[in-house]
Amino acid sequence: MLSILRREAAAGCSDAVLLRERLRRSCAAATARLRGYATAAKEMTVREALNTALDEEMSADPRVFLMGEEVGEYQGAYKKFGPERVVDTPITEAGFTGIGVGAAYYGLRPVVEFMTFNFAMQAIDHIINSAAKMNYMSAGNISVPIVFRGPNGAAAGVGAQHSQCYAAWYGSCPGLKVLAPYSSEDARGLLKAAIRDPDPVVFLENELIYGERFPVSAEALDSSFCLPIGKAKIEREGKDVTITAFSKMVGLSLEAAEILAKEGISAEVINLLSIRPLDRPTINASVRKTSRLVTVEEGFPQHGVGAEIGMSIIEDSFGYLDAPIERITGADVPMPYAANLERMALPQIEDIVRAAKRVCHRSVPMAATA
Amino acid sequence: MSAASLSSSISVIRAASFANDKPALVSSARPPSSAFLGSSAGLRFDPLSSSAAGAGLRPSPVVAAAAANVVKEKQPRSSPSGSNLLITKEEGLELYEDMVLGRAFEDMCAQMYYRGKMFGFVHLYNGQEAVSTGFIKLLKQEDSVVSTYRDHVHALSKGVPARQVMSELFGKETGCCRGQGGSMHMFSKEHNLIGGFAFIGEGIPIATGAAFTSKYKREVLKEEGCDHVTVAFFGDGTCNNGQFFECLNMAQLWKLPIIFVVENNLWAIGMSHLRATSDPQIWKKGPAFGMPGVHVDGMDVLKVREVAKEAVERARRGEGPTLVECETYRFRGHSLADPDELREPAEKAKYAARDPITALKKYMIESNLVSEAELKAIDKKIDEVVEDAVEFADASPPPPRSQLLENVFADPKGFGIGPDGRYRCEDPKFTEGTAKV
Repeated sequence: MLSILRREAAAGCSDAVLLRERLRRSCAAATARLRGYATAAKEMTVREALNTALDEEMSADPRVFLMGEEVGEYQGAYKKFGPERVVDTPITEAGFTGIGVGAAYYGLRPVVEFMTFNFAMQAIDHIINSAAKMNYMSAGNISVPIVFRGPNGAAAGVGAQHSQCYAAWYGSCPGLKVLAPYSSEDARGLLKAAIRDPDPVVFLENELIYGERFPVSAEALDSSFCLPIGKAKIEREGKDVTITAFSKMVGLSLEAAEILAKEGISAEVINLLSIRPLDRPTINASVRKTSRLVTVEEGFPQHGVGAEIGMSIIEDSFGYLDAPIERITGADVPMPYAANLERMALPQIEDIVRAAKRVCHRSVPMAATA
Repeated sequence: MSAASLSSSISVIRAASFANDKPALVSSARPPSSAFLGSSAGLRFDPLSSSAAGAGLRPSPVVAAAAANVVKEKQPRSSPSGSNLLITKEEGLELYEDMVLGRAFEDMCAQMYYRGKMFGFVHLYNGQEAVSTGFIKLLKQEDSVVSTYRDHVHALSKGVPARQVMSELFGKETGCCRGQGGSMHMFSKEHNLIGGFAFIGEGIPIATGAAFTSKYKREVLKEEGCDHVTVAFFGDGTCNNGQFFECLNMAQLWKLPIIFVVENNLWAIGMSHLRATSDPQIWKKGPAFGMPGVHVDGMDVLKVREVAKEAVERARRGEGPTLVECETYRFRGHSLADPDELREPAEKAKYAARDPITALKKYMIESNLVSEAELKAIDKKIDEVVEDAVEFADASPPPPRSQLLENVFADPKGFGIGPDGRYRCEDPKFTEGTAKV
């Protein structure tokens, strides 16, 4: 891994982000080998995975339609499905999200796309009050088969108002299902499941992994492939410490696990996939096996996903813990713009490694990341 | 400004709003013997609030000619048979019964609230019955009505049984939402009533979505003849909210079959419309987005019905949305918890004199459509219906404890519903990891 980096550096690529990207890509290939896809010849970017999933679902069910800003630029699907099914809207999140919810009440299956979930805050009243709560308020008479999708979390240097992670906010709301895929196969399977699901689903993607390639199994290419909502995936088996993560952080956790493996710590990495409902049985079973837990997320620390997972473990598996639960989160500040500050505000691989070592009682003194 | 000149100026403005359509429809027309009051504009912008005096009431000279035609065309003719009247006897009785049901029901709600049978937020509709009856009685069952928290009467007009509405208010299991919604959240899939949104403006995009679905069903799903329209009811306070304007834009942009009905009762809780709005004439906001904006006297059910007829037909033909501003008034406070101290007694008295039920009654009797006895019989029947609803609700059980956790999700297991309609995870061949069909 390091030799690759040195070669890249020598080739004049000194940009930190580009380096990170390449490291991640080479790790993705490494993890593919770890997952044992012996026959996986096909690779797909997350973007392609999402597009193909949408394409197939729209072809299969004429009630599915896409709505959002600039979705018409959508890789030629506009030409295929026409403007009635790929609806370009004005910049009116509250309005068009409400329109989507109203359409869902009456039996259509909208996929409402937000440019980023930050903009969805203008529509959050409809996501929560009109969509999430409706099945309950109407005592099961009116269900809302809608999907809200878009990039979530930090991108690169986009500043405070474009970088928030909303997993914890949506994850706390009963009536919503919240999904956060990582790989292409996750993205494909979960998006298909989300579109077919009769309940409102918040589908949190990530800007920075749209272009990342992952191997996909032959099953995943089938048009009826979908992943169950509410089940986490064990990306890497281990026995010393459990690391839970979702979305981009899964990649970082896998890389951290590689580093830890060299130091003799076998980390089990769980890709949550589903923030709500949270797969508590899988996480608990893993912690009962390893006795240690590190949760990783990109969002703000207070009331975050890690807090919920930690509490779940304390409630169900307290006796199995050999060390306090650690949570790695984004910094408790709005996202700064400067590249070095941004790096400090987000979890890095070193943070995960250090936390894992701490819970294994093999800590090095804490030092601020440079 | 004298009342007379104001009324003529207002009819001119109304004609201008439906410029593309027959202007005749928007005028008020009734036999001279009726005591229906004319334009209410003089009452609106009188000394009660000086800030609105002269706010844009100048008639446009261009349409003066059209106005003259309007007045001439609709000269009422006295008739013995009633065939030139605005409604038939059956229609009249239907309208009367619906309005009386709304009034009696709401009065009973107040009684029940003060006796502790109903709780929380309850918003009553007394005084505004003409708007609900005028619009909803023209709709089919498949048409949708989207309302706000002031939704009891919309539910009743749309056909939800009074028993179910009363039970819902009492929080009983037999309510239309099994007690889980309450006063502000009346929903009925069967009657296509999306009754209840607590946030103002929240229902408007939903209604626009319902209209979008109607159009989608016709054009994409090729359901022939699907011409369902949606009527969205909301108040004057909502007309300053961003979502309202977003939806006016999109509804007109995509020519959706929707009618935006503003129940302008001049007060948003305790905030006077005239103090909150830069241009208080809401109907004008329609043409700003390219759709007709109509202003109608909302205390007169026949006028509302005429306007509604045209707006609904427009929508059914695919010509797009209409914005209808109904001037109306609520006789009670904003909610039952509102002491209603901010409104002048003079204003209240003025509108009480224009009670829509009394007015319709007077019209029908004076045109010899019905007899007093028939109307009294309806009054009695409605009293019985409401009493029965209360007894039914009283006798119904509260929801069982198990209902607390039910219905959060349509598919609680999260694994999806397979093609046979059952939960996938109940399929014995279901394997974890990847679900195959």
